[in-house]
Amino acid sequence: MSASRVSFPAAAALLMARDLRLAMRRAGDSLLPLGFFLVVTTLFPLSLDPELSLLRDIAPAALWVGALLSSLLALDLLFRDDGQDGALEQLALCGQPFAGLLLAKTAVHWLLTGLPLVLVAPLAATALGAPYAAMPGILAAVLLGTVALSLIGAVGAGLALSIRRNGPLLALLVLPLAVPVLIFGARATALAIQGEPVAAPLYLLGAIAVLSATLAPWALAAAVRIGLE
Amino acid sequence: MMRFLAMGGYAAYVWPCYALTAFVVGLNILWARRLLRSAQREARRRVSALKTASAL
Amino acid sequence: MAWVWFHKFGSPPHFYRLATRLTPWFAWPALMLCLYGLIGGLGFAPPDYQQGDGFRIIYVHAPAAWLSLMVYVVMATSAAVGLIWRMNVAHAVAASCAVIGASFTALALLTGMIWGRPMWGTYWEWDPRLTSELLLLFLYLGYMGLRNAIDDLSRADRASAVLAIVGVVNVPIIHYSVIWWNSLHQAPSVMKFGRPTMPASMLLPLLAMLAGFTLYFVALLLTRTRAEVLRRERNARWIVQALAKG
Repeated sequence: MSASRVSFPAAAALLMARDLRLAMRRAGDSLLPLGFFLVVTTLFPLSLDPELSLLRDIAPAALWVGALLSSLLALDLLFRDDGQDGALEQLALCGQPFAGLLLAKTAVHWLLTGLPLVLVAPLAATALGAPYAAMPGILAAVLLGTVALSLIGAVGAGLALSIRRNGPLLALLVLPLAVPVLIFGARATALAIQGEPVAAPLYLLGAIAVLSATLAPWALAAAVRIGLE
Repeated sequence: MMRFLAMGGYAAYVWPCYALTAFVVGLNILWARRLLRSAQREARRRVSALKTASAL
Repeated sequence: MAWVWFHKFGSPPHFYRLATRLTPWFAWPALMLCLYGLIGGLGFAPPDYQQGDGFRIIYVHAPAAWLSLMVYVVMATSAAVGLIWRMNVAHAVAASCAVIGASFTALALLTGMIWGRPMWGTYWEWDPRLTSELLLLFLYLGYMGLRNAIDDLSRADRASAVLAIVGVVNVPIIHYSVIWWNSLHQAPSVMKFGRPTMPASMLLPLLAMLAGFTLYFVALLLTRTRAEVLRRERNARWIVQALAKG
């Protein structure tokens, strides 16, 4: 069965299932960014007064800096294995739209590294003094934010395929581009904690997520193609 | 003249800015010209090396 | 017809000859415009109502900030041209932009901070414009870091082109989000340059400085790109004639 006779949705579903299966075998790898997020958010109260009313003020900052750094760490997982064993090249050559396949890969990556953050964020927020009523707003913000971060970060990871030892360079590439997500996400979280309406920053965050989902796949495909040579 | 240099009391801020600008502007000019000159030198060297190689 | 001109421009020998001829036509007018701007701005413009003579920093800060942004756009555009039409000269132009843009972004930051000291009382106030400039500097550094980290020139050209295009799309988003963020916290930004009712004696030297710096940038770019093109065209025969003419 030649690959080009398979419809794209079927091919994408196959790819996503395969990625999930592989990731489940090495579950520890996927849980690492989550653990990192929890450690980072714990560092904030440890370096300050553990008085909850004070922590409530810095909770948005702590959550979002933690989320940003955790997603940066998680980027390593995205292309590492497939880049090394040649599977990425196979994807590029198989006749399916490469940008679409990479988007599917990024979606699985978000499921494994971003979604856990969304689930854990209310816990971390409560530990930092956020009231119960803030949770829907925080959940929505972290959901949209992690999606955008996965997409933006993926472009950075694609570019990093061309470099031998990247490390801090990837952070330098991705973090400035992630600033708008940080700004709107932290603002939405702060408003939620104060009990104010969160619609405005959430809309902007959503707009960024949609924009990333539309543009990132093309940049990703270009970057990965260059990196595979 | 002294009034001009004093810049209404802001001299300590205005003149360093102009000095910095002159520095950056000048540095860029010198750097660009140095790059061009060394590239031209390198190219000349390579061309004459090719010429001697093909003449042999 | 336009396509012929476009592709001719992309040919390295043609570009080199054209750039050599054109450079003085940008350099000398740049000098004259900047002289006019300096004399008019420092000598003849009246002191500002609020900031006294301190506002005169605008005559160097504004051109630096303008250059920092314009150079990034030029860099991204030529990188895109190089990527789409596979034009080596366009990639050479993009590579040559980076250092110029980064140095003027740093200059805009420094002059902005020095200007801020008497106006705000501190050197740094997370003012939206300066914060945007800082992020722009990080974008330049990322571009230069990426170029530096890839050994193969062709790959470095194309990967950094992708980065520059992604960056240029993000610049307005980042700028807008920083302004939005800053407006929430109502930081007192007394730095109100660009007032719509600037008298001509203040405005004309400013426009002259902006124009002069732009022309100066073009002259710089032509020079650096000439060097870059020479370095890339390792053994081409046209170099012999080009060097004979200087």
